[in-house]
Amino acid sequence: MDGFASYLNMGGHGGFIWSAYGMVFIVLLGLWLISRRYVRLSKAQLDHLDQKRPHRQESQTDET
Amino acid sequence: MIFHKYANPTRFLKLASLIQPWAAAATVLLFLSGLYFALLASPGDYQQGETVRIMYIHVPAAWMAMFCYTAMAVAAAVGLIWKHPVADLAARATAPIGACFTFLALFTGSLWGKPMWGTWWVWDARLTSVLILFFLYLGYMALANAFDDPARGSKASAILALVGVVNVPVIKFSVDWWNTLHQPASVVKMSGPAIHPSMLIPLILMALAFKAYYIWVLLIRMRAEINEGKIRSLRLRQVHAGQPPDAAGDKITQAVN
Amino acid sequence: MKRKHKRLTFVGVALLLLAAAAALVLTAFEDSIVFFYSPTDLISKKPAPDRRLRLGGLVEEGSVEKPGAGLVLFRVTDTAQAVDVSFTGILPDLFREGQGIVAEGHLIKGVFMADNVLAKHDENYMPPEVAEALKKSGQWQGNEKEKTQ
Repeated sequence: MDGFASYLNMGGHGGFIWSAYGMVFIVLLGLWLISRRYVRLSKAQLDHLDQKRPHRQESQTDET
Repeated sequence: MIFHKYANPTRFLKLASLIQPWAAAATVLLFLSGLYFALLASPGDYQQGETVRIMYIHVPAAWMAMFCYTAMAVAAAVGLIWKHPVADLAARATAPIGACFTFLALFTGSLWGKPMWGTWWVWDARLTSVLILFFLYLGYMALANAFDDPARGSKASAILALVGVVNVPVIKFSVDWWNTLHQPASVVKMSGPAIHPSMLIPLILMALAFKAYYIWVLLIRMRAEINEGKIRSLRLRQVHAGQPPDAAGDKITQAVN
Repeated sequence: MKRKHKRLTFVGVALLLLAAAAALVLTAFEDSIVFFYSPTDLISKKPAPDRRLRLGGLVEEGSVEKPGAGLVLFRVTDTAQAVDVSFTGILPDLFREGQGIVAEGHLIKGVFMADNVLAKHDENYMPPEVAEALKKSGQWQGNEKEKTQ
Protein backbone atom coordinates (compact mmCIF):
# COMPACT_ATOMS: atom_id res chain seq x y z
CA MET A 1 0.00 0.00 0.00
CA ASP A 2 2.92 2.29 0.76
CA GLY A 3 4.30 1.80 -2.74
CA PHE A 4 0.97 2.75 -4.20
CA ALA A 5 0.73 5.88 -2.08
CA SER A 6 4.18 6.99 -3.15
CA TYR A 7 3.26 6.23 -6.76
CA LEU A 8 0.19 8.49 -6.44
CA ASN A 9 2.36 11.15 -4.85
CA MET A 10 4.57 11.29 -7.98
CA GLY A 11 7.56 12.79 -6.21
CA GLY A 12 5.44 15.50 -4.60
CA HIS A 13 3.80 16.68 -7.82
CA GLY A 14 0.93 14.19 -7.85
CA GLY A 15 -1.65 16.95 -7.52
CA PHE A 16 -0.52 18.61 -10.74
CA ILE A 17 -0.09 15.40 -12.72
CA TRP A 18 -3.37 13.78 -11.71
CA SER A 19 -5.36 16.98 -12.21
CA ALA A 20 -3.93 17.26 -15.73
CA TYR A 21 -4.81 13.66 -16.62
CA GLY A 22 -8.19 14.00 -14.89
CA MET A 23 -9.12 17.08 -16.92
CA VAL A 24 -8.10 15.37 -20.18
CA PHE A 25 -10.30 12.41 -19.26
CA ILE A 26 -13.29 14.60 -18.35
CA VAL A 27 -13.08 16.80 -21.45
CA LEU A 28 -12.52 13.99 -23.97
CA LEU A 29 -15.22 11.78 -22.44
CA GLY A 30 -17.59 14.74 -22.18
CA LEU A 31 -17.11 15.81 -25.79
CA TRP A 32 -17.66 12.24 -26.95
CA LEU A 33 -20.89 11.91 -24.92
CA ILE A 34 -22.21 15.29 -26.12
CA SER A 35 -21.41 14.43 -29.74
CA ARG A 36 -23.13 11.06 -29.43
CA ARG A 37 -26.20 12.68 -27.88
CA TYR A 38 -26.20 15.24 -30.70
CA VAL A 39 -26.22 12.54 -33.39
CA ARG A 40 -28.88 10.48 -31.59
CA LEU A 41 -31.26 13.36 -31.04
CA SER A 42 -30.84 14.63 -34.59
CA LYS A 43 -31.47 11.11 -35.91
CA ALA A 44 -34.61 10.77 -33.78
CA GLN A 45 -35.90 14.09 -34.99
CA LEU A 46 -35.14 13.23 -38.60
CA ASP A 47 -37.01 9.92 -38.31
CA HIS A 48 -39.90 11.73 -36.68
CA LEU A 49 -40.07 14.22 -39.57
CA ASP A 50 -39.64 11.47 -42.14
CA GLN A 51 -42.63 9.57 -40.82
CA LYS A 52 -44.86 12.56 -41.39
CA ARG A 53 -43.98 12.59 -45.09
CA PRO A 54 -46.23 10.79 -47.57
CA HIS A 55 -43.45 8.81 -49.33
CA ARG A 56 -41.06 7.78 -46.64
CA GLN A 57 -38.21 5.23 -46.65
CA GLU A 58 -37.04 4.99 -50.28
CA SER A 59 -36.80 8.72 -50.90
CA GLN A 60 -34.49 9.06 -47.93
CA THR A 61 -31.30 8.10 -49.69
CA ASP A 62 -31.63 9.67 -53.10
CA GLU A 63 -33.61 12.78 -52.36
CA THR A 64 -32.84 14.06 -48.92
CA MET B 1 -18.87 19.48 -61.24
CA ILE B 2 -22.29 20.01 -59.77
CA PHE B 3 -22.86 18.22 -56.52
CA HIS B 4 -26.36 17.13 -55.88
CA LYS B 5 -27.41 18.67 -52.62
CA TYR B 6 -27.12 15.50 -50.56
CA ALA B 7 -25.65 12.98 -52.97
CA ASN B 8 -22.25 13.58 -51.53
CA PRO B 9 -23.17 13.35 -47.85
CA THR B 10 -24.82 10.01 -48.56
CA ARG B 11 -21.66 8.60 -50.03
CA PHE B 12 -19.76 10.13 -47.15
CA LEU B 13 -22.05 8.46 -44.61
CA LYS B 14 -21.30 5.05 -46.12
CA LEU B 15 -17.57 5.67 -45.81
CA ALA B 16 -18.01 7.07 -42.31
CA SER B 17 -19.85 4.03 -41.00
CA LEU B 18 -17.03 1.90 -42.41
CA ILE B 19 -14.27 3.90 -40.68
CA GLN B 20 -15.99 4.76 -37.40
CA PRO B 21 -15.71 1.38 -35.58
CA TRP B 22 -12.01 1.19 -36.49
CA ALA B 23 -11.40 4.72 -35.23
CA ALA B 24 -13.22 3.87 -31.99
CA ALA B 25 -11.19 0.69 -31.47
CA ALA B 26 -7.93 2.47 -32.30
CA THR B 27 -8.74 5.28 -29.84
CA VAL B 28 -9.38 2.86 -26.96
CA LEU B 29 -6.35 0.66 -27.69
CA LEU B 30 -3.97 3.56 -28.24
CA PHE B 31 -5.14 5.33 -25.08
CA LEU B 32 -4.74 2.18 -23.00
CA SER B 33 -1.23 1.44 -24.27
CA GLY B 34 -0.28 5.12 -24.23
CA LEU B 35 -1.42 5.54 -20.64
CA TYR B 36 0.42 2.40 -19.61
CA PHE B 37 3.69 3.80 -20.94
CA ALA B 38 2.96 7.39 -19.85
CA LEU B 39 2.10 6.59 -16.24
CA LEU B 40 3.82 3.28 -15.47
CA ALA B 41 6.45 2.09 -17.92
CA SER B 42 8.48 5.26 -18.45
CA PRO B 43 11.18 6.89 -16.32
CA GLY B 44 11.15 10.29 -14.67
CA ASP B 45 13.15 13.11 -16.24
CA TYR B 46 16.70 14.08 -15.17
CA GLN B 47 15.55 17.65 -14.55
CA GLN B 48 11.82 17.56 -14.04
CA GLY B 49 11.29 14.24 -12.29
CA GLU B 50 7.79 12.80 -12.52
CA THR B 51 6.25 16.06 -13.73
CA VAL B 52 7.50 15.19 -17.20
CA ARG B 53 4.47 12.86 -17.43
CA ILE B 54 2.28 15.91 -18.09
CA MET B 55 4.17 16.23 -21.38
CA TYR B 56 2.50 13.04 -22.69
CA ILE B 57 -0.90 14.75 -22.69
CA HIS B 58 0.13 18.38 -23.03
CA VAL B 59 2.17 18.01 -26.22
CA PRO B 60 -0.37 15.81 -28.10
CA ALA B 61 -3.17 18.21 -27.10
CA ALA B 62 -1.15 21.15 -28.39
CA TRP B 63 -0.29 19.35 -31.64
CA MET B 64 -3.94 18.48 -32.19
CA ALA B 65 -5.00 22.05 -31.36
CA MET B 66 -2.87 23.24 -34.30
CA PHE B 67 -3.70 20.30 -36.53
CA CYS B 68 -7.46 20.73 -36.05
CA TYR B 69 -7.24 24.43 -36.83
CA THR B 70 -5.33 23.76 -40.03
CA ALA B 71 -7.80 21.02 -41.00
CA MET B 72 -10.71 23.34 -40.21
CA ALA B 73 -9.25 26.18 -42.26
CA VAL B 74 -8.55 23.89 -45.25
CA ALA B 75 -12.06 22.43 -45.05
CA ALA B 76 -13.56 25.91 -44.73
CA ALA B 77 -11.57 27.07 -47.78
CA VAL B 78 -12.74 24.09 -49.84
CA GLY B 79 -16.30 24.84 -48.75
CA LEU B 80 -15.90 28.51 -49.62
CA ILE B 81 -14.21 28.07 -53.00
CA TRP B 82 -15.71 24.87 -54.40
CA LYS B 83 -19.00 24.98 -52.45
CA HIS B 84 -18.40 21.42 -51.34
CA PRO B 85 -21.13 20.62 -48.77
CA VAL B 86 -19.21 17.93 -46.88
CA ALA B 87 -16.22 20.25 -46.48
CA ASP B 88 -18.37 22.86 -44.73
CA LEU B 89 -19.70 20.19 -42.40
CA ALA B 90 -16.19 18.91 -41.67
CA ALA B 91 -15.07 22.43 -40.73
CA ARG B 92 -18.10 22.91 -38.47
CA ALA B 93 -17.61 19.50 -36.85
CA THR B 94 -13.88 20.07 -36.26
CA ALA B 95 -14.22 23.39 -34.42
CA PRO B 96 -15.52 22.11 -31.05
CA ILE B 97 -13.00 19.25 -31.04
CA GLY B 98 -10.14 21.65 -31.75
CA ALA B 99 -11.41 24.02 -29.07
CA CYS B 100 -11.37 21.17 -26.54
CA PHE B 101 -7.81 20.20 -27.50
CA THR B 102 -6.70 23.84 -27.20
CA PHE B 103 -8.34 24.15 -23.80
CA LEU B 104 -6.57 20.96 -22.68
CA ALA B 105 -3.21 22.21 -23.96
CA LEU B 106 -3.65 25.46 -21.99
CA PHE B 107 -4.94 23.72 -18.87
CA THR B 108 -2.30 20.98 -18.71
CA GLY B 109 0.39 23.51 -19.65
CA SER B 110 -0.61 25.63 -16.70
CA LEU B 111 -0.41 22.60 -14.38
CA TRP B 112 3.02 21.84 -15.81
CA GLY B 113 4.22 25.44 -15.60
CA LYS B 114 3.42 25.95 -11.92
CA PRO B 115 5.77 23.27 -10.54
CA MET B 116 8.47 23.68 -13.22
CA TRP B 117 8.61 27.38 -14.11
CA GLY B 118 7.09 28.66 -10.91
CA THR B 119 4.05 30.26 -12.54
CA TRP B 120 0.64 29.18 -13.85
CA TRP B 121 0.71 31.61 -16.73
CA VAL B 122 2.95 34.16 -18.45
CA TRP B 123 2.21 36.38 -21.41
CA ASP B 124 5.02 35.06 -23.59
CA ALA B 125 4.63 34.67 -27.35
CA ARG B 126 3.85 30.93 -27.27
CA LEU B 127 1.24 30.99 -24.52
CA THR B 128 -0.43 34.13 -25.83
CA SER B 129 -0.68 32.83 -29.41
CA VAL B 130 -2.26 29.58 -28.18
CA LEU B 131 -4.80 31.58 -26.16
CA ILE B 132 -5.61 33.50 -29.37
CA LEU B 133 -6.10 30.13 -31.10
CA PHE B 134 -8.66 29.20 -28.44
CA PHE B 135 -10.56 32.45 -29.02
CA LEU B 136 -10.46 31.87 -32.79
CA TYR B 137 -12.18 28.51 -32.29
CA LEU B 138 -14.83 30.11 -30.06
CA GLY B 139 -15.34 32.92 -32.56
CA TYR B 140 -15.65 30.42 -35.41
CA MET B 141 -18.32 28.42 -33.57
CA ALA B 142 -20.27 31.54 -32.58
CA LEU B 143 -20.17 32.91 -36.13
CA ALA B 144 -21.05 29.59 -37.79
CA ASN B 145 -24.26 29.40 -35.76
CA ALA B 146 -25.10 33.10 -35.76
CA PHE B 147 -27.19 33.05 -38.96
CA ASP B 148 -30.60 31.59 -39.68
CA ASP B 149 -29.27 30.39 -42.99
CA PRO B 150 -26.44 27.88 -42.31
CA ALA B 151 -24.89 28.61 -45.73
CA ARG B 152 -24.32 32.23 -44.68
CA GLY B 153 -22.96 31.06 -41.32
CA SER B 154 -20.52 28.74 -43.05
CA LYS B 155 -19.36 31.51 -45.36
CA ALA B 156 -18.78 34.07 -42.62
CA SER B 157 -17.06 31.59 -40.33
CA ALA B 158 -14.91 30.27 -43.20
CA ILE B 159 -13.54 33.78 -43.70
CA LEU B 160 -12.74 34.03 -39.98
CA ALA B 161 -11.04 30.60 -40.08
CA LEU B 162 -8.89 31.69 -43.03
CA VAL B 163 -7.93 35.00 -41.43
CA GLY B 164 -6.96 33.17 -38.25
CA VAL B 165 -4.78 30.67 -40.08
CA VAL B 166 -1.82 33.12 -39.90
CA ASN B 167 -1.76 32.37 -36.19
CA VAL B 168 -0.77 28.72 -36.76
CA PRO B 169 2.81 29.35 -38.00
CA VAL B 170 3.12 32.06 -35.34
CA ILE B 171 2.39 29.43 -32.66
CA LYS B 172 4.76 26.91 -34.20
CA PHE B 173 7.71 29.26 -34.60
CA SER B 174 7.06 31.62 -31.67
CA VAL B 175 9.67 29.80 -29.59
CA ASP B 176 12.27 30.29 -32.34
CA TRP B 177 11.42 33.83 -33.45
CA TRP B 178 11.24 35.42 -30.03
CA ASN B 179 12.66 34.47 -26.68
CA THR B 180 9.95 32.92 -24.54
CA LEU B 181 9.62 31.18 -21.22
CA HIS B 182 8.32 28.15 -23.10
CA GLN B 183 11.05 25.79 -24.27
CA PRO B 184 11.64 25.22 -28.01
CA ALA B 185 10.44 22.17 -29.96
CA SER B 186 11.79 18.76 -28.99
CA VAL B 187 10.36 16.34 -31.50
CA VAL B 188 9.83 18.32 -34.69
CA LYS B 189 13.20 19.88 -35.35
CA MET B 190 16.05 19.53 -37.79
CA SER B 191 18.49 17.67 -35.58
CA GLY B 192 16.03 14.94 -34.62
CA PRO B 193 14.14 14.48 -31.38
CA ALA B 194 15.79 15.58 -28.14
CA ILE B 195 13.71 13.07 -26.21
CA HIS B 196 15.04 9.76 -25.00
CA PRO B 197 13.33 6.76 -26.71
CA SER B 198 11.83 5.62 -23.38
CA MET B 199 9.92 8.91 -23.30
CA LEU B 200 9.29 9.14 -27.02
CA ILE B 201 7.23 5.92 -26.99
CA PRO B 202 4.48 7.20 -24.65
CA LEU B 203 4.50 10.57 -26.41
CA ILE B 204 3.95 9.02 -29.84
CA LEU B 205 1.32 6.55 -28.59
CA MET B 206 -0.61 9.35 -26.91
CA ALA B 207 -0.31 11.54 -30.01
CA LEU B 208 -1.78 8.72 -32.12
CA ALA B 209 -4.52 8.17 -29.53
CA PHE B 210 -5.48 11.85 -29.72
CA LYS B 211 -5.54 11.67 -33.51
CA ALA B 212 -7.73 8.53 -33.52
CA TYR B 213 -10.06 10.22 -31.03
CA TYR B 214 -10.32 13.21 -33.35
CA ILE B 215 -11.29 11.03 -36.33
CA TRP B 216 -13.81 9.13 -34.24
CA VAL B 217 -15.56 12.17 -32.77
CA LEU B 218 -15.30 14.05 -36.08
CA LEU B 219 -17.26 11.29 -37.84
CA ILE B 220 -19.92 11.30 -35.09
CA ARG B 221 -20.30 15.06 -35.28
CA MET B 222 -20.39 15.12 -39.09
CA ARG B 223 -23.17 12.55 -39.00
CA ALA B 224 -25.11 14.86 -36.70
CA GLU B 225 -24.42 17.87 -38.94
CA ILE B 226 -25.71 15.93 -41.96
CA ASN B 227 -28.87 15.01 -40.03
CA GLU B 228 -29.34 18.65 -39.14
CA GLY B 229 -29.08 19.58 -42.82
CA LYS B 230 -31.69 16.99 -43.77
CA ILE B 231 -33.99 18.18 -40.99
CA ARG B 232 -33.67 21.72 -42.32
CA SER B 233 -34.52 20.79 -45.86
CA LEU B 234 -37.50 18.68 -44.73
CA ARG B 235 -38.76 21.60 -42.64
CA LEU B 236 -38.49 23.95 -45.59
CA ARG B 237 -40.46 21.49 -47.69
CA GLN B 238 -43.11 21.28 -44.97
CA VAL B 239 -43.42 25.05 -44.93
CA HIS B 240 -43.77 25.01 -48.71
CA ALA B 241 -46.44 22.36 -48.49
CA GLY B 242 -48.32 24.51 -46.00
CA GLN B 243 -47.88 22.16 -43.05
CA PRO B 244 -47.24 23.69 -39.62
CA PRO B 245 -43.57 23.58 -38.64
CA ASP B 246 -42.67 20.98 -36.07
CA ALA B 247 -42.24 22.91 -32.83
CA ALA B 248 -41.40 19.98 -30.57
CA GLY B 249 -38.47 18.94 -32.72
CA ASP B 250 -37.09 22.45 -32.71
CA LYS B 251 -36.54 22.35 -28.99
CA ILE B 252 -34.58 19.13 -29.18
CA THR B 253 -32.07 20.53 -31.63
CA GLN B 254 -31.55 23.73 -29.71
CA ALA B 255 -30.95 21.86 -26.48
CA VAL B 256 -28.10 19.90 -28.02
CA ASN B 257 -26.20 22.53 -29.87
CA MET C 1 -15.72 26.77 -63.35
CA LYS C 2 -14.84 30.40 -63.86
CA ARG C 3 -16.40 31.60 -60.62
CA LYS C 4 -14.60 28.88 -58.71
CA HIS C 5 -11.27 30.01 -60.12
CA LYS C 6 -12.10 33.58 -59.26
CA ARG C 7 -12.86 32.64 -55.66
CA LEU C 8 -9.68 30.56 -55.46
CA THR C 9 -7.51 33.44 -56.68
CA PHE C 10 -9.30 35.85 -54.37
CA VAL C 11 -8.76 33.65 -51.31
CA GLY C 12 -5.13 33.02 -52.30
CA VAL C 13 -4.33 36.71 -52.77
CA ALA C 14 -6.16 37.67 -49.58
CA LEU C 15 -4.16 35.10 -47.59
CA LEU C 16 -0.87 36.36 -49.03
CA LEU C 17 -1.72 39.96 -48.15
CA LEU C 18 -2.79 38.87 -44.68
CA ALA C 19 0.45 36.97 -44.12
CA ALA C 20 2.46 40.00 -45.24
CA ALA C 21 0.48 42.29 -42.94
CA ALA C 22 0.95 39.90 -40.01
CA ALA C 23 4.69 39.69 -40.66
CA LEU C 24 4.96 43.49 -40.72
CA VAL C 25 3.00 43.92 -37.50
CA LEU C 26 4.94 41.22 -35.67
CA THR C 27 8.26 42.69 -36.80
CA ALA C 28 7.19 46.18 -35.76
CA PHE C 29 6.21 45.02 -32.29
CA GLU C 30 9.13 42.64 -31.86
CA ASP C 31 10.36 44.55 -28.83
CA SER C 32 7.16 44.01 -26.87
CA ILE C 33 6.70 40.39 -27.97
CA VAL C 34 10.12 39.44 -26.64
CA PHE C 35 9.56 37.95 -23.21
CA PHE C 36 12.86 38.89 -21.58
CA TYR C 37 16.10 40.80 -22.15
CA SER C 38 19.49 39.16 -22.06
CA PRO C 39 22.21 40.68 -19.83
CA THR C 40 23.80 42.17 -22.98
CA ASP C 41 20.50 43.83 -23.97
CA LEU C 42 20.04 45.15 -20.48
CA ILE C 43 23.52 46.64 -20.20
CA SER C 44 23.31 48.30 -23.62
CA LYS C 45 19.76 49.63 -23.12
CA LYS C 46 20.18 51.00 -19.58
CA PRO C 47 16.46 51.10 -18.76
CA ALA C 48 15.07 53.55 -16.17
CA PRO C 49 14.93 52.14 -12.63
CA ASP C 50 11.13 52.52 -12.47
CA ARG C 51 10.59 50.34 -15.51
CA ARG C 52 9.58 46.80 -14.69
CA LEU C 53 11.20 44.29 -16.98
CA ARG C 54 12.40 40.73 -17.28
CA LEU C 55 15.95 39.47 -17.42
CA GLY C 56 16.69 36.04 -18.84
CA GLY C 57 19.85 33.97 -18.94
CA LEU C 58 21.79 31.27 -17.16
CA VAL C 59 22.62 31.31 -13.46
CA GLU C 60 26.40 31.69 -13.45
CA GLU C 61 28.22 28.69 -11.99
CA GLY C 62 29.44 29.39 -8.45
CA SER C 63 27.65 32.74 -8.19
CA VAL C 64 24.74 31.77 -5.92
CA GLU C 65 24.98 33.16 -2.39
CA LYS C 66 22.39 32.78 0.34
CA PRO C 67 23.29 35.24 3.12
CA GLY C 68 20.13 34.33 5.01
CA ALA C 69 16.57 35.61 5.63
CA GLY C 70 15.47 34.26 2.25
CA LEU C 71 17.82 36.59 0.40
CA VAL C 72 19.46 35.08 -2.68
CA LEU C 73 22.22 36.76 -4.66
CA PHE C 74 23.37 35.40 -8.00
CA ARG C 75 24.61 36.46 -11.41
CA VAL C 76 22.71 35.91 -14.64
CA THR C 77 24.87 35.51 -17.70
CA ASP C 78 24.48 35.10 -21.44
CA THR C 79 28.18 34.09 -21.58
CA ALA C 80 29.06 37.54 -23.00
CA GLN C 81 27.81 39.77 -20.17
CA ALA C 82 26.50 39.14 -16.67
CA VAL C 83 24.16 41.04 -14.36
CA ASP C 84 23.97 40.79 -10.55
CA VAL C 85 20.56 39.77 -9.29
CA SER C 86 19.13 40.16 -5.81
CA PHE C 87 16.00 38.25 -4.86
CA THR C 88 14.10 37.56 -1.67
CA GLY C 89 11.65 34.69 -1.67
CA ILE C 90 11.10 31.11 -2.68
CA LEU C 91 12.92 29.89 -5.76
CA PRO C 92 11.35 27.38 -8.18
CA ASP C 93 12.43 23.73 -7.96
CA LEU C 94 14.43 23.88 -11.15
CA PHE C 95 16.56 26.83 -10.00
CA ARG C 96 20.19 25.77 -9.89
CA GLU C 97 23.57 26.90 -11.16
CA GLY C 98 23.87 26.59 -14.91
CA GLN C 99 20.08 26.59 -15.28
CA GLY C 100 18.18 29.05 -17.47
CA ILE C 101 15.97 31.45 -15.53
CA VAL C 102 13.84 34.54 -16.09
CA ALA C 103 13.79 37.17 -13.33
CA GLU C 104 11.14 39.91 -13.13
CA GLY C 105 11.94 43.20 -11.45
CA HIS C 106 13.81 46.50 -11.81
CA LEU C 107 17.38 47.39 -12.69
CA ILE C 108 18.61 49.71 -9.96
CA LYS C 109 22.21 51.00 -10.05
CA GLY C 110 23.41 48.03 -12.08
CA VAL C 111 21.80 45.44 -9.79
CA PHE C 112 18.67 43.67 -10.90
CA MET C 113 16.23 43.71 -7.97
CA ALA C 114 13.99 40.74 -8.76
CA ASP C 115 10.59 40.24 -7.18
CA ASN C 116 9.91 37.01 -9.03
CA VAL C 117 12.14 34.29 -10.47
CA LEU C 118 10.87 31.77 -13.05
CA ALA C 119 12.84 28.72 -14.15
CA LYS C 120 13.24 27.82 -17.80
CA HIS C 121 13.82 24.23 -18.73
CA ASP C 122 15.34 23.00 -21.95
CA GLU C 123 13.80 20.84 -24.63
CA ASN C 124 15.83 17.74 -23.73
CA TYR C 125 14.00 14.94 -22.00
CA MET C 126 15.82 11.86 -20.69
CA PRO C 127 16.04 9.62 -17.65
CA PRO C 128 18.58 10.68 -14.98
CA GLU C 129 20.85 7.67 -15.66
CA VAL C 130 21.11 8.62 -19.32
CA ALA C 131 21.92 12.24 -18.46
CA GLU C 132 24.59 11.00 -16.04
CA ALA C 133 26.13 8.70 -18.65
CA LEU C 134 26.15 11.42 -21.30
CA LYS C 135 27.83 13.85 -18.94
CA LYS C 136 30.48 11.31 -18.00
CA SER C 137 31.33 10.51 -21.57
CA GLY C 138 31.57 14.23 -22.27
CA GLN C 139 29.07 14.13 -25.10
CA TRP C 140 26.78 16.63 -23.48
CA GLN C 141 27.20 19.56 -21.09
CA GLY C 142 24.09 18.96 -19.04
CA ASN C 143 22.66 22.45 -19.31
CA GLU C 144 21.68 25.09 -21.80
CA LYS C 145 25.09 26.71 -22.17
CA GLU C 146 25.64 25.85 -25.79
CA LYS C 147 22.27 27.20 -26.81
CA THR C 148 22.31 30.66 -25.29
CA GLN C 149 21.68 33.32 -27.86
